[in-house]
Amino acid sequence: MWLMRKLMRAVAVVLLLGGVGVSSGCGSDHEKSGPVVNVYAAASLKQVFTELADRYRKDNPGADVQFNFAGSSSLVEQLTQGAKADVFASADANNMTKAAKAGLLAGTPVNFASNTLVIVTRPGNPKQLNNFGDLARPGLNVVVCARQVPCGSATRKVEKIAGVELKPVSEETSVTDVLNKVTSGQADAGVVYQTDARAAGDKVTKVDFPQAVSAVNIYPIGVLKSSADAAAAQRFVDLVTSDAGRQTLARFGFAKP
Amino acid sequence: MNPGLPRWIYVPAALGALFVVLPLIAIAAKVDWSRFLDLISSESSVTALVLSLKTAGASTVLCVVLGVPMALVLARSGSRVVRWTRPLILLPLVLPPVVGGIALLYAFGRLGLIGKYLDAAGVHIAFSTTAVVLAQTFVSLPFLVIALEGAARTAGSQYEAVAATLGARPTTVWRRVTLPMLAPGLVSGSVLAFARSLGEFGATLTFAGSRQGVTRTLPLEIYLQREADADVAVALSLVLVVVAAVVVLAMGGARFGRGPFEAEGRQ
Repeated sequence: MWLMRKLMRAVAVVLLLGGVGVSSGCGSDHEKSGPVVNVYAAASLKQVFTELADRYRKDNPGADVQFNFAGSSSLVEQLTQGAKADVFASADANNMTKAAKAGLLAGTPVNFASNTLVIVTRPGNPKQLNNFGDLARPGLNVVVCARQVPCGSATRKVEKIAGVELKPVSEETSVTDVLNKVTSGQADAGVVYQTDARAAGDKVTKVDFPQAVSAVNIYPIGVLKSSADAAAAQRFVDLVTSDAGRQTLARFGFAKP
Repeated sequence: MNPGLPRWIYVPAALGALFVVLPLIAIAAKVDWSRFLDLISSESSVTALVLSLKTAGASTVLCVVLGVPMALVLARSGSRVVRWTRPLILLPLVLPPVVGGIALLYAFGRLGLIGKYLDAAGVHIAFSTTAVVLAQTFVSLPFLVIALEGAARTAGSQYEAVAATLGARPTTVWRRVTLPMLAPGLVSGSVLAFARSLGEFGATLTFAGSRQGVTRTLPLEIYLQREADADVAVALSLVLVVVAAVVVLAMGGARFGRGPFEAEGRQ
């Protein structure tokens, strides 16, 4: 019992700390007075959208942008279940179509970026992988996305076109998990998006392959019906699709749609 | 009914019970019953369920083998080292599983503290079923230890002392007196460990990866199916709820119903 009491106390402390973190977060929100644009965006857009949000705040004094970054299909599910948001940016056309079919969109979505696959290896490419076919080499620990998620279906497409059948040691649920398996040294190589490879910096070495162009992933963005301030939401979409937005996207490894 | 309990206390108690039970009912309500059997009998689902039962069984055995001695040392030893180690050993109880997975990665991963020597020796844990069992044992072991330690503490050591004065050797005392006395605690501890292993997700995903038949346990399969077909995920969730309920009821029985932390004390 003594131990349980001690444990309870520890749990209470943890909860308390968590609570403090949350409440202080809310405090800073109250200082803003203008419209708050709530953006539901694919996890791969986190860095570039965070930077674009800074620009939005500068261009629209008083206004603010808040994000919910997650896997595109999770976001569609949350929106379908009644979550209120202003903008939805998906990592693939399929999930945007799902959102449209569920009647969530206020207008027609716009394609604003694209992303292609690339091989990442341990720094310096110690296994000397030069093309997609090399991934099928026996004894190699290769990790890819599961075919149920967009990056996995793209990998599957490349396999077919390259005529290569991979025997991955793991099929991850997200591209981040694939990248982590490589950066942590668990896997020798993985197939991820260009943007992920760029974000990982020198923790991986990138190996491009020509078949990547056959599985281009398109990113659409659109204003949602549930938006309380559609004009403010549209201004964020306009910023993303503007020349300045394109340039920022390009800096993070995104190509034109 | 307990006469000493104020009536109003049943209101928050009922609310709490409702809070726990309602989501489970919601899952059952959401299941597409006309397709239920089709949804859960796909090859990938069955493979995942079998893998989950096997790995959870293996990690429960590991938990018992390592956890029983740990619990007894914690309960009986007065050594300062033991006292200082206790919080560390029980840490995974309050640790988010994903943190456990990262910790395991840097210990047993291919470049990890111990992992690099294992890898050089030809022992490859990465992406194997062994990695799943390690992850499950890591998160479940403290559950068994805490349940059993509590039981051992409240049971006291008088009977052991008597057996020893009657000439029994320490191992005989342990086998004939200590273990039988702690059997109920051991059962409920094992059930807790098994159930926790069955539900393990974060550490497995981070440390072991996800491959059908090798490392993709049922919780990982559910998470993955959510991306493709939510109906499958819901149906499989219900299967996991039912399996967990069966385990708790069948293995623990009435003993478990009384709660693992105080029932064993009154022998």
